[in-house]
Amino acid sequence: MRPETEDDLSQLIRSAGAPLSPIGGGTRLHPGEGAGERLNVSGLTGITLYEPAALTLVVRAGTTLTEVRKALAAEGQMLAFEPDDRPGSTMGGIAAANASGPRRVQAGACRDALLGVRYVNGQGEIVKNGGRVMKNVTGYDLVKLMAGARGRLGVLTELSFKTAPIPPCSATLALPGLDAAAAVAALTSALTGPYDVSGAAWLPGQGALIRIEGLEGSVAIRGKALTERLAAFGEVAEGDGASWSRLVPQGAEGDLWRIICRPSEAPALLAALPQPLALDWGGSLIWVALPAGEAPALPAWSGHATRVTGAEALTLPAPDPVVARLNASLGQRFDPRRIFAS
Amino acid sequence: MQMPPPDPRILARRDAIAARLREVVPGAVIDDPAETRAYECDALSAYRCPPLAVVLPATTAEVAAVLRICHQEGVPVVPRGAGTSLAGGSMPTADAVIIGLSRMNAVLETSFDDRFIRVQAGRTNLSVSGAVDAAGFFYAPDPSSQLACAIGGNIGMNSGGAHCLKYGVTTNNLLGVTVVLMDGSIVELGGPMGEAPGLDLLGVVCGSEGQLGIVTEAVLRILPKPAGARPVLVAFDASETAGACVAAIIRAGVLPVAIEFMDRPCILATEAFAHAGYPDCEALLIIEVEGTAPEIDEQLALIRDIAARFSPIEFRESQSEDESRRIWLGRKSAFGAMGQINDYMCLDGTIPVSTLPQVLAGIARLSGEFGLDVANVFHAGDGNMHPLILYNANKPGDLERCEALGAEILKLCVEVGGCLTGEHGVGVEKRELMSSQFSDIDLEAQMRVKDAFDPQWLLNAAKVFPLAVSAPRREGIRNAA
Ligand SMILES: Cc1cc2nc3c(=O)[nH]c(=O)nc-3n(C[C@H](O)[C@H](O)[C@@H](O)COP(=O)(O)OP(=O)(O)OC[C@H]3O[C@@H](n4cnc5c(N)ncnc54)[C@H](O)[C@@H]3O)c2cc1C
Ligand SMILES: Cc1cc2nc3c(=O)[nH]c(=O)nc-3n(C[C@H](O)[C@H](O)[C@H](O)COP(=O)(O)OP(=O)(O)OC[C@H]3O[C@@H](n4cnc5c(N)ncnc54)[C@H](O)[C@@H]3O)c2cc1C
Repeated sequence: MRPETEDDLSQLIRSAGAPLSPIGGGTRLHPGEGAGERLNVSGLTGITLYEPAALTLVVRAGTTLTEVRKALAAEGQMLAFEPDDRPGSTMGGIAAANASGPRRVQAGACRDALLGVRYVNGQGEIVKNGGRVMKNVTGYDLVKLMAGARGRLGVLTELSFKTAPIPPCSATLALPGLDAAAAVAALTSALTGPYDVSGAAWLPGQGALIRIEGLEGSVAIRGKALTERLAAFGEVAEGDGASWSRLVPQGAEGDLWRIICRPSEAPALLAALPQPLALDWGGSLIWVALPAGEAPALPAWSGHATRVTGAEALTLPAPDPVVARLNASLGQRFDPRRIFAS
Repeated sequence: MQMPPPDPRILARRDAIAARLREVVPGAVIDDPAETRAYECDALSAYRCPPLAVVLPATTAEVAAVLRICHQEGVPVVPRGAGTSLAGGSMPTADAVIIGLSRMNAVLETSFDDRFIRVQAGRTNLSVSGAVDAAGFFYAPDPSSQLACAIGGNIGMNSGGAHCLKYGVTTNNLLGVTVVLMDGSIVELGGPMGEAPGLDLLGVVCGSEGQLGIVTEAVLRILPKPAGARPVLVAFDASETAGACVAAIIRAGVLPVAIEFMDRPCILATEAFAHAGYPDCEALLIIEVEGTAPEIDEQLALIRDIAARFSPIEFRESQSEDESRRIWLGRKSAFGAMGQINDYMCLDGTIPVSTLPQVLAGIARLSGEFGLDVANVFHAGDGNMHPLILYNANKPGDLERCEALGAEILKLCVEVGGCLTGEHGVGVEKRELMSSQFSDIDLEAQMRVKDAFDPQWLLNAAKVFPLAVSAPRREGIRNAA
């Protein structure tokens, strides 16, 4: 099924008798998703409004990230939350996954840049929430609820985003000698000083990576100060700026796990895991591959681990029962017929 | 403004309810009518009503115990921080129990390495920054009421301040909460990492105006303090030119931490009051940038070049701490100054910045039609306007005229693609206007969230949604979903 308009989509959902799975580019389906009849939103495309001077973009959900990036770049702008690029990926899928890249440590997640949504709920009703302005506390913030809901509450049809200027200058500092656990201390040191760091990650073979961006003189000043601060952790070299687009591992052997923790907890978790595929967000996001079907054995920590590829969905630890009850209750109220298999 | 009539069955049980509450929080229940008066209104003082009782718990467990009793008794509950809401958000009804968080103001945990602080919800906004200042950190959201308002109230209203152009509002700096639901269950949403599996429940609790649960603890993102900050004051001979200059600065990719706008009526009033030494002009901008001294110079040079294209009357760059203070002085005393010359009503609509000239012209036209002066002061970088309507509270009919003009201005904000409120919330004040921004289906979608958190609609229920729209739920008649 591939509706061409929001009204068609609403009709389709109203008359649906069996579970549906909303699909954008199909590039980020988690285990267990996509089991219903595929509801392809890639027909709902186009930028409906773009005002560079107001930093706002309104776009239909099936529009690809590639197209949006192109339109923004033509005006010297970008999506500050830096969703990772993979061919076919759509804005609806990105919002539904709350996909957020390295600049999240500075500029926030996708949900923080999402200003408004239109969606069709499980009864086929067209709902709008939020808008196109940066400050808006009119009624409940369903925008945040829809971001990251992975299609369980409704099918997103239109989204408005806050855009950001592309910084004129960017520099990456690298500490190539550091292993993952040692890197966390260096990343923490960079993030806890006044350097306005816009990326703090680690990649095998490249070590700790720290990015600073802005006006040319400012980047030079902060780069120098940061280099001095980091000297205690090893030799600081000029890093490869392209690394920032490679922080979401692809094609790993076994199952891919995404582990969220406090940076201060990361070293203990890393000690209990095989070599990670990447660290992001100053050490609070660990990507690691485990043999198919296996779950990590981790010391108690305050975050969670999710299996994002493989045969079966799993999140550890099990959710709190009250949170689970609220999730289920919201799902039931937004989609009483349980049409969205997602 | 209308409120639902109090439930006579609850009023009749006042003493029994207070006695039950005393059993779980001895010494923390106020039900003497002389003392509950202190809680009859918030900063929207035009509307008042003393509550049934006030409870001032000291722990999350006490909040839970109190809510369990209110839940069993079917008693409405209104959470209250510092009561600085300008929308009547924490105003009670006669049959409601106020739960005041003011005694819960401790810092529970600080981790500089993980860049968060965990505080109790009654802690004031400014004192959060105060707790981490010595270590070189701060908490970014800075509502003008920050000396008084509490973090729980900030979360209720998703408050923001002048510096949100760069740092965002409360929701962008809130990592987690401990919240007690109406049935007394205690739950943690989010956490120090700012990411949790499942739906973003934290995101919808923030800004829900105390209708989904009572926040007792909050995990807040703290940021390293910038090396320094410096404001400039730019004066123009027309409001439109000032508006165009704002758009040009943003378009050029310079992102100051704050861009504030004041028009002539507002400048005149603040000058008479605070003597900040502002120039004689139609409109002025205060633009602040941050960083080390050379970084600030680099940004200000760009801003100076852009501003020059709009032939400013004056471009005043602060050279010292004292000059910086004076540049901000007028802006910071604007509300107090207006209060000196007249009674006023402060609006809080947001508009797309590109529509600024059109909206300013529209406000001037409406001001003439209604015969009431309007002064404008606002966060120009993000389109959050604060038109101040001047009226005389002692003159019969003036308040009603003022409210009618306010409603027209807010509808104008919605018409051009904006919204009714950018930071103060809906409360009781803008409740009935919600239908000008949302369809019944949109409102229904929001109310379903409340159904999930508070199925009996006992928490602060007569706010946010137009009374007629929420009536079936508040009166306990469930529509088959
Ligand atoms: C294993 C894995 C891990 C990843 N981790 C990250 C990460 O951490 N950060 C990052 O930036 N990117 C990450 N990505 C890339 C990523 O998840 C992206 O989520 C995104 O670009 C998907 O776009 P899509 O259109 O292909 O979405 P799809 O793969 O089609 O869908 C993704 C999810 O969104 C739902 N969905 C799609 N369209 C809609 C719609 N219109 N309305 C409602 N729901 C909809 C689907 O039901 C599904 O649940 C990851 C990808 C994979 C495969
Ligand atoms: C002079 C002045 C200037 C102001 N400037 C600004 C400004 O610049 N920006 C801005 O955004 N606002 C501003 N405000 C409005 C007000 O200060 C904010 O809305 C503030 O966040 C309210 O905090 P409070 O603690 O006083 O909350 P209250 O007024 O007590 O409550 C506000 C709302 O939150 C709910 N609530 C309170 N505590 C809790 C809790 N623990 N759990 C759940 N819900 C709760 C209440 O029920 C109510 O709906 C200003 C007000 C004044 C008087």
